[in-house]
Amino acid sequence: MLTLDRVSKTYPNGVHALEAVSIAVNPGEIVAIVGGSGCGKSTLLRAVSGLDVASSGAVSLDGIDIRAPHEKIGIIFQEPRLLPWLTVADNVGFGLDHLPKAERAARVATALARVGLSDKAGVWPRELSGGQAQRVAIARALVPRPQVLLLDEPFSALDAFTRADLQDHLLDLWADFRPTLILVTHDVDEAVVLADRILVMQPRPGRIFEEIACELPRPRDRQSAAFDFAKRRVLAALDRSLNRKAQHHPEAKAEPGAAMWW
Amino acid sequence: MSLASMTIAGRSDPDAGAPSVAAVPRGRARWALPLLGLIVPVALALGWELAVWSGLSNGRLLPPPSVIIATLIELARSGELWRHSVATVVRVLVGFGIGVVVGTVLGAIAGYSALTRRLIDPTLQALRAIPSIAWVPLFILWLGIFEASKVTLIAVGVFFPVYLGVMGAILSVDRKIVEVGRAFRLSGPALVRRILLPAVLPSYVVALRSGLGLGWMFVVAAEFLGASEGLGYLLIDGQQLGKPAQIVAAIITFAVLGKIADGLLVMTSAPFLRWEDRFGARGGTG
Repeated sequence: MLTLDRVSKTYPNGVHALEAVSIAVNPGEIVAIVGGSGCGKSTLLRAVSGLDVASSGAVSLDGIDIRAPHEKIGIIFQEPRLLPWLTVADNVGFGLDHLPKAERAARVATALARVGLSDKAGVWPRELSGGQAQRVAIARALVPRPQVLLLDEPFSALDAFTRADLQDHLLDLWADFRPTLILVTHDVDEAVVLADRILVMQPRPGRIFEEIACELPRPRDRQSAAFDFAKRRVLAALDRSLNRKAQHHPEAKAEPGAAMWW
Repeated sequence: MSLASMTIAGRSDPDAGAPSVAAVPRGRARWALPLLGLIVPVALALGWELAVWSGLSNGRLLPPPSVIIATLIELARSGELWRHSVATVVRVLVGFGIGVVVGTVLGAIAGYSALTRRLIDPTLQALRAIPSIAWVPLFILWLGIFEASKVTLIAVGVFFPVYLGVMGAILSVDRKIVEVGRAFRLSGPALVRRILLPAVLPSYVVALRSGLGLGWMFVVAAEFLGASEGLGYLLIDGQQLGKPAQIVAAIITFAVLGKIADGLLVMTSAPFLRWEDRFGARGGTG
């Protein structure tokens, strides 16, 4: 189980980004974190990844204190961040250096097949489109089979159709070995499509404002009334988190990805 | 659900990748395009040859190409050209090698460690501001008039662009790329080997080319210091004995050797830089 116990973060410039955030995430659970800009979503994710250390409080995974990147925790960033000097296959195998060459090659080939890019194994990242590059980044993060996968707005730079495509595909990949997923997103649609639980954050300083369970059966129908209802609940919570009067949300029935919360 | 149906490979892919290579010359154009660079020098040479041939100039201080070619042939036939060229090339290679090794090591350390940078960079920047020729009397006093002082002068010339290039390149590596290495728990040396070095390679090649160019420049200064062989000696000899054709022949030999050395460096580094996504790699605007 992944546990955050009263995690706070204050940057050297005095910005108080997080205030006593406590969360417990079950193995295999998908948790989405949404909130207005500057509410500390990415700061929280970086503290969990070990890339940044919390100013106070503790992050632990199965009792192990996380204060630096850990082999059981993978991360996918907003940009693919592929290494341009490595081919697609070498990028996917980047975290498998400890494995024998044959085993590494087999796992890379399987991962590339799973993201539908077997034919791109030998090409350079510059030859990929944005969607393909992000699929490679997903394969790179999943191939070491992390127990926890963190996603920091992974599809926000993509067009609506590619984004919906990759959301479905991510769920397919998740079903392979069911890692814990923690997803930071601005897209309420994305949160409702993917998550078992949605945490709404409140800014200045960042803290958990509301927790919304999302128990719709999978695969989730983006056009269904239940989906629409779940989305309205999240949007209403976001309004309350910012002390804004609840709004009518006509965009709730729009295209997937249209309900972006900036 | 089958594996194939679970992947999105079979779907019509709206985000198909960019074409792999654009505007790379093919076939005859591949060989013809570099020849474009010959048009200007050949035209100038022919113009000068015609000017002397038609009596517009006597060609005494600047001999026509036919005389320079004859001088080059004569120097080659006597073995002088080979002897002087080898002496110069060896000096450049040794000085370049020393300058590159020291420049790379110090540049990498200064780039990676802020403490080391604060410690050594101000001194090195101050030394860089000293005109190279100002070192000559000291080098001769310390190292004598033979090879050591010449090679040291060349190494000093090569050192600074390589040091600055490596340090600057490491400092400008994209933080996000470095973070990928950290996320995969790379140790310090592994981070340098797997992220920083490949990331700085394009800038490093540029620094090496600048260093090599300066190496050729400094070898002339070095060979003015009482050398008995080398292309610099041919220049001085031509000046003292009033042989402008020999001076121009030596200059042309410098140009050819410098171009060959730079070409070899570019050719050697090209396989390691195939991944680059830059304007020049795609043939520019044609």
